Amino acid sequence: MDFLTLLQVLDTTIRLATPLLLACLAGLFSERAGIFDIGLEGKMLASAFLTAAVAAVTGSVLIGTAAGIGAALMLSGIHGLASITFRGNQLISGVAINFLAAGLTVVIAQSWFGQGGRTPQLSGSARFETIDLPLAGEMRGDIPFIGPIYAELISGHSLLVYIGLLAVPVTWWVLFRTRFGLRLRAVGENPAAVDTAGISVVGLRFAAVAICGLLTGLAGAYLSTGLQAGFVKDMTAGRGYIALAALIFAKWRPWYALGACLLFGFLQALALRPDVIESTLGFEVGVQLLDALPYILTVVILAGFVGRAIPPRAGGEPYVKER
Amino acid sequence: MQKMPQWADVVLIPLISLILAALLSALVILAIGENPWAALKLMVEGSLGSTYAWGYTLYYTTNFIFTGLAVAIAIHARLFNIGGEGQAMLGGLGVALIALFIPWPHWSLALLGGAVGAALFGAAWALIPAWLQAKRGSHIVITTIMFNFIAAALLNYLLIGALKPSGSMEPATGRFPEATHLPTFQDMFSTAETALFRGAPVNVSFFVALLACVAVWALIWRTRLGYEIRAFGQSESAAKYAGISPTRIIVVTMLMSGGLAGMMAINNVMGEAERLVLNAVEGAGFIGIAVALMGRSHPFGVLLAALLFGFLYQGGAELALWTSIPRELIVVIQALVILFTGALDNMVRMPLEAMFLRLRPAPKPARKTEPAE
Repeated sequence: MDFLTLLQVLDTTIRLATPLLLACLAGLFSERAGIFDIGLEGKMLASAFLTAAVAAVTGSVLIGTAAGIGAALMLSGIHGLASITFRGNQLISGVAINFLAAGLTVVIAQSWFGQGGRTPQLSGSARFETIDLPLAGEMRGDIPFIGPIYAELISGHSLLVYIGLLAVPVTWWVLFRTRFGLRLRAVGENPAAVDTAGISVVGLRFAAVAICGLLTGLAGAYLSTGLQAGFVKDMTAGRGYIALAALIFAKWRPWYALGACLLFGFLQALALRPDVIESTLGFEVGVQLLDALPYILTVVILAGFVGRAIPPRAGGEPYVKER
Repeated sequence: MQKMPQWADVVLIPLISLILAALLSALVILAIGENPWAALKLMVEGSLGSTYAWGYTLYYTTNFIFTGLAVAIAIHARLFNIGGEGQAMLGGLGVALIALFIPWPHWSLALLGGAVGAALFGAAWALIPAWLQAKRGSHIVITTIMFNFIAAALLNYLLIGALKPSGSMEPATGRFPEATHLPTFQDMFSTAETALFRGAPVNVSFFVALLACVAVWALIWRTRLGYEIRAFGQSESAAKYAGISPTRIIVVTMLMSGGLAGMMAINNVMGEAERLVLNAVEGAGFIGIAVALMGRSHPFGVLLAALLFGFLYQGGAELALWTSIPRELIVVIQALVILFTGALDNMVRMPLEAMFLRLRPAPKPARKTEPAE
């Protein structure tokens, strides 16, 4: 594998890792506050659809993204209602949300656009354009090694990629350096203690779920307007579950989440380039194995063979004020 | 203390949840510019209107009974097996291997062998998540989700590679030999004059599904193991104190759950397709969740809920055929049923409980008379 091919694969890695990263951080907020969320997939899907649909009609990707975030927030609201207000089973609620999004997106897409459950192809201002960072063109040729890395790998992504990367330090700062973050983590470990301190458990958990909706909304918007040009049925293709896997892989920590998502993104990028694997390793690796690898790695991590992944202690438990 | 009578818990709550789901679905149909009443009539006509329609409805019902029982039996041990999809896929692999590589003399033996193979493969796929839950505390929901994806990748790999007959372009196994053909209802019930269930895929495995219902009922409520499973589900610490091994219960329950999900394959792989194709399960593993929740984890409830979903599934296919309503509407209805019967259960339950408490003809008057004497 020569240098340029490597850069190409890594470039694809960053693009494929972005939706995973945004969804993974979304899950991080939710689960750190004690709300399990296996509905990441559904929220991404709903947002991907509404973003593409509104962008196609208005021609503006920003209005589209706002609508997409709205869709994800609505599903988050349902999840919050079920798991916080009515103290239902959070896992079942997540499953329901995934199916709700999978069904509704196609039904509505068919009704609005009549193209077999997809939105029209997006182009121009209805998509996120790539941003060329300053000096990218000059550095490409002039500076060896670092120049191409800067120009090919770091520059030339859409806005949401940079937002995703920026979200990692922001998440870390919010969770570990602010009062809100401390309370949010506490509510995921010991809600009774938070309640005793006079802070609203319900309010904090709803805030966490809302942040989760915002981030999955961005992830979905990137899928249909950044990565691809339009919505197609089931376009998340299990990414919400991979993000969930990455979250466990990262043991519910933001910087590790970046690493896990880049790793899983790299596996996805490799699966697109079987020729590269074959020329590098000298033998063929089944695409299916690469597809399954994130899940297999997560099971291994869960088994505790490579460091133990301990979830937030109050995760999945509805909080009942008085016993 | 029981806040409301048993019948309210068993009948009223699922019914209200179902009505809520149906109302919302009707709104969705209205919103996309179709007539819900006409849609319902079309669904009833297309799924219950003829023996052919019944043949499809009962075919889907058979699938959902197996996956519903799989989820239900796990719920009794307070385990949420979301991996029915993957276990059913592996069941299909088991059936395919047994049908393709063993020369069966008669369909009845092939059915027996197929059922055993399907159950073994499905159970094997549930074994690792079960063991990890029991021994390492890894959350079974996450591991079974992961195993769904691993199963899909594995089947993809096998159907493109080793199991595909040479020369074929399609990712599927070759046709099963004629001797493994299961009698369909058409073969069984048609007479020379009248052809019933013509061309419908419902077959003898429907009766196997009914037997499975009875077997699960007997197991859960009439055996020591079933008692232990329920005790474990009610309180793990109490079960431990009573000398019940959590590891054993988790592993055994999940093996049975996986086996039941896997046994779905005798219907869809052996009975209908007669070969293993990609994505043979078609989401039936997930519908099992809705069926088990709706059926309150009781085999008889599962049977009724499976019938309901069989009706929805076949009716939805008819809708997609005759109207502009896409098939995915069924996924929406399924989601709403899961939401209302599963996650928003308390939303329906709390007001009902309050109502029953108020309606209760309190024993207060009886007590009042005492001090007067």
